[in-house]
Amino acid sequence: MGAAVILFEVFLNGLLLGGMYGLVALGLNLQYGVARILNLSYGEFFLGGAFAAFFSIMLWKLNPLLSLFISLPIAFAINWLMYQYLMMPLIRRAPDQDGLDADVVLVTFGLLFVFQGLALVNWSGEVRGYSFLSVPVNLAGATVALNRLAAFLGACLLALVLFVVLRHTRVGGALRAITIDPLAASIVGVDVRRYSALAFAAGGALAAAAGMLVSTFISFSATTGVEYTLKALIVVIMAGVGRVTGTLAAGLLLGVVESLGGYLLDPALTIAINFSLFMLVLLLRPTGLFTRA
Amino acid sequence: MLELAAKDWPAIALGALAVLALALLPLVASGYVLSLLLLLYANIALSTAWAFFSGTTRYISLATAAFFGIGIYTLAILHVHVPMAIALLATAVVGFLVALIVGLSTLRLRGVYFVVFTFGLTELVHQVVNWWEMKINRTATRYIFADVSNVTIYQVLLALALLTIVGSWYVSRLRLGYALRAIGEDEMVARHTGIDTTRVKVLCFAISASVMAVVGAVLALRYPYIDASIAFNNSRSFEVLIAALLGGPSRPWGPALGAIPLMLLSEYLSGTFPHHFPIALGLCFVVIVYFLPGGIAPLVERAYHSWAAGRGFTAQLARLWRT
Repeated sequence: MGAAVILFEVFLNGLLLGGMYGLVALGLNLQYGVARILNLSYGEFFLGGAFAAFFSIMLWKLNPLLSLFISLPIAFAINWLMYQYLMMPLIRRAPDQDGLDADVVLVTFGLLFVFQGLALVNWSGEVRGYSFLSVPVNLAGATVALNRLAAFLGACLLALVLFVVLRHTRVGGALRAITIDPLAASIVGVDVRRYSALAFAAGGALAAAAGMLVSTFISFSATTGVEYTLKALIVVIMAGVGRVTGTLAAGLLLGVVESLGGYLLDPALTIAINFSLFMLVLLLRPTGLFTRA
Repeated sequence: MLELAAKDWPAIALGALAVLALALLPLVASGYVLSLLLLLYANIALSTAWAFFSGTTRYISLATAAFFGIGIYTLAILHVHVPMAIALLATAVVGFLVALIVGLSTLRLRGVYFVVFTFGLTELVHQVVNWWEMKINRTATRYIFADVSNVTIYQVLLALALLTIVGSWYVSRLRLGYALRAIGEDEMVARHTGIDTTRVKVLCFAISASVMAVVGAVLALRYPYIDASIAFNNSRSFEVLIAALLGGPSRPWGPALGAIPLMLLSEYLSGTFPHHFPIALGLCFVVIVYFLPGGIAPLVERAYHSWAAGRGFTAQLARLWRT
């Protein structure tokens, strides 16, 4: 194989990896960007989706895709309840966004531990994984795994759906108005609380969907949820809080840089490369890559 | 600014006695109690140092583990070349300088951005140190050849914890302390009243980091060997934060109040119900936010004042007892 082919394969793997990052982050950007709640227990819903997929294939011998019929409504409902009953009191008493963030970070961090503990007690700390669509596919001379490709396509599809909903529907218009300025949105008649709760719940459901897609090729355990929260947070901050459609692009960038950097420098440095890129973006463009200056 | 009223003297004398008793405890206490207490002192020093900067300015830092680990590594590298006291002093300087650089480069970041940046910093340092050790040193671990007894470590950490609390209290009464609180209230206003907010923030961040580095270095003396995952364990940042918030970051002695119950809880649960510790810790967070927004310290203070004024519940109880 020539160097060019290897480099192309590395690039392609970076794209697929980046698609996964974008996918993981989509829901968080809905939650933090639109509903203004930084949910640190986000990764636990991702994990919930992954576990649902795992149990549906291992226990009931069902296609993991079918697990979405269970995990999506549950994640949606729990997140909706979280917003209405745990977050609303904090929103009411917060003096400003900074004060709200401080409270929310603590509460959702606490919830992270609670969910994680419940998962440990019920499902043990064992590492889980299953094999699904793990066949090689030839893509323009490079070989990739079909399940990764499927997750990538799933990510693109979800991002597209989200884009269309946000741009071309009434609900989407309301959500965008809230993203820009909740107060102004309420003045022009948007029910901010209702739509924020909707965005928050939808974000949680997206996390579960991402968990299902990613679980087809990555093993997970009850304690790995927080890793995805962090990955998602990094992508969201890189993209710009509230730039829902930029999320996938930021994820792709991160994935490609990680893959190429790992190949060109040292595979052991991938996490360091990730964080360097993220911190560089944070220092140079604190409001994100895809925000209008 | 630092006058003490006559009524404070009994409390101070009592405090001094308590400190003396704690310092002499190794004469009677078992090894288990000593190692538990020295960890507690370390946590108190860390959370007090954390609250000194993050509690007052509301810049929530998750870089505690980074500075702690930098302290460990500085000691591990230096202690074979120079005397222990110099190695420890160097640790404080290194922690201070690293924090100075970090502080100066993160001035534009506020709120969640600062939180995530400091978390990322810890991860980055962790990964780079790990890579360096594996690639350049060809071994993941470093050995600590220190001949320091547990009793000495115990006493040093006790002194460190006390120094941190007293130092934090002392600074809170200086102009610097007022400036810190002003930044926490409203940074824009603070700047307009003529406070050099950059200088204050970076200086205090660096002071707090140098304490963390020294605590790490002293604790490292107990380890036979260290590696990057021991030194830069992220959960340490969270434990320190939660201890400070539980106790009450607005008082110099608040974080110590939080560190004690947290330590006991973790000791009790991790032995008997390892999986239930995260649940208890999580509920702890939730309880703090909804029911104890200022931590335990203001409650204790109120109870003390009402007791001192003779109007409080305990005073009434005491009166009832006498009659």
